[in-house]
Amino acid sequence: MNGRPRIAAGAPQRRVRLWFALLCAATLLVCVASLLFGAGAIGPLDSLDTLIRALSGHTSDDNAWFTIESLRAPRTAIGVLVGAALAVAGALLQAVTRNPLAEPGLLGVSGGATFAVAIAIALGADAASLRVPVAQFGALAGCVAVLAASRVRGAGDDPVRLVLAGAVLSGLLYALTSLILLFDERTADEIRFWVVGSFAGRRPDDVIALLPGLAVAAVVVVGIARPLAALALGEHVASGLGHRPRLVRLLVVLAVALLVGSATAIAGPIAFIGLVAPFVARGLAGPDVRTTLWLCLPIGAVLTLGADVVSRLVVRPSELPLGVLTALIGAPVLVAVVRSRRLPTL
Amino acid sequence: MTVPFEAPPLSLTSPLQAEKLCVSYGRRPVLSELDIAFPREQVTAIVGPNGCGKSTLLSALARLHTPQAGRITLERRDIRSYGARELARALALLPQNVTAPEGLTAAELIRFGRQPHQSWLRQWSAEDAAVVDAALAAADLQALAHRPLEAMSGGQRQRAWIAMAIAQQTPVLLLDEPTTALDLGHAIEVFELVRDLAAEGKTVVMVLHDLGNACRYADHLVAMRDGRVVAAGPPSEIVSRELVRELYGVDCTLVTDTDTGAPLLANVRRARDIAAPGSSIS
Repeated sequence: MNGRPRIAAGAPQRRVRLWFALLCAATLLVCVASLLFGAGAIGPLDSLDTLIRALSGHTSDDNAWFTIESLRAPRTAIGVLVGAALAVAGALLQAVTRNPLAEPGLLGVSGGATFAVAIAIALGADAASLRVPVAQFGALAGCVAVLAASRVRGAGDDPVRLVLAGAVLSGLLYALTSLILLFDERTADEIRFWVVGSFAGRRPDDVIALLPGLAVAAVVVVGIARPLAALALGEHVASGLGHRPRLVRLLVVLAVALLVGSATAIAGPIAFIGLVAPFVARGLAGPDVRTTLWLCLPIGAVLTLGADVVSRLVVRPSELPLGVLTALIGAPVLVAVVRSRRLPTL
Repeated sequence: MTVPFEAPPLSLTSPLQAEKLCVSYGRRPVLSELDIAFPREQVTAIVGPNGCGKSTLLSALARLHTPQAGRITLERRDIRSYGARELARALALLPQNVTAPEGLTAAELIRFGRQPHQSWLRQWSAEDAAVVDAALAAADLQALAHRPLEAMSGGQRQRAWIAMAIAQQTPVLLLDEPTTALDLGHAIEVFELVRDLAAEGKTVVMVLHDLGNACRYADHLVAMRDGRVVAAGPPSEIVSRELVRELYGVDCTLVTDTDTGAPLLANVRRARDIAAPGSSIS
């Protein structure tokens, strides 16, 4: 094509686009599955029938349509949003700490959000929409605390130490959250299922409450993608390329807090999505965060919503808490990352 | 009326200068009242014993450290008045011991060098691609463009990093110990690339550990000790037994390289009768 076979042109770019398209298609498939399958009495064939009738304009107010529209549709939207948000948050944290183990759940960011929400509920806050800013604030505090710990001399160089600092913070925050549950029975009922992570019983309003935070985070992420990629080469190199590493780090912390706070407010702390999705994305597209961030969107959505669909089916008619399933997927990946030799340099 | 030709003073032909520069870490002064000017379109090597402040000087020149006093000028303008990206288009820095994420290829690394020239309005362009190709050619890496950095030899990898700085298209290039951890053959690859860059009109300033290589490959030598410049000038003019003794506390025999005219250090041995540098501190 008119003198463009340059060496510098991104050769693998086409492969990445193909992966992105495939993953988006997979996301759609999982969305359809999420609308069709449930733990309740409405089976996939009934659902499919209702869905096809709805698409051709014949809505009905029978039980099946109610289940799909009011229960499964918001749940599906939440699964996609939460999964994408957690995956992007993980990719951001890993890029800014140059640590492939940095993950919101492992670092205490989700723990901060959970603790903040538990306090808010214990103090009498009922409205689910209030949870979002509270959780974002808690996530921000957790994020700042663990990154400050990681910048203590020596600790930042060692990926495992950052995770240890995060584990200590998470442990402390979950212990404090349990303490609140012990003392306050009403809070306990409201929080118990939420704390293990679940999408069940969310309303369409809850989804809308997430959108502003996610939109702001998206704008921030688009704005810092390029300097964040340069930060992978080291702080001094990034400065030499005309970036301001401190400003970038600050904006990353802000975006992570918005993303994790939103996700945690609605779904509870869900671990390992922020670890697994960027890990898969890097495997497909290489180390540049500008491409892995894009891939993280569908990968996080597929993983999270897929886990949610499975969680409805394995112990029918009950549901498995989502956090249990993501941990089952995530723990082996964690071991794989720790064992791989790419650990010290991301 | 004829005026005899006289070379203009260095301060007029130098793109990069420091005046009365003071930098300290906490309370410990590292550079004190340092005056220095680097000659245009030449290779300058900064040498001196460990801890003499040479890397700190380079960092300050790249604005990574804020001086407590004094100023640095780039093309007669205070570097503090430059915007971040504007400075990155005028001066490129390659820090010591750089690492890249695993799997990054040479071409991908070099593309980062175009970032100071990009913005929201000006995304990746055909011109950027041409500059990256030229940088690959300058560093003789075309055949390895898509090879991951960790699969290259040390010399090739360092040339790729320098190529990233070349792609910044800056008139001034700062290199911090570009040949540490490289064996002799790979170090020579890097030095020859540096010579080529100066021949093409770049002003190169590099911190070097090895005085012998500095004499061989630099046009201009800056010798530092205890945060001060002890001597500055062409190696053949300033390197003497006394200077070597003052810098490193060693005795040597100086001979002249008959091919290049550069001073060569021979029979280097520990000096018995003088204090080693740094021993006066603690």
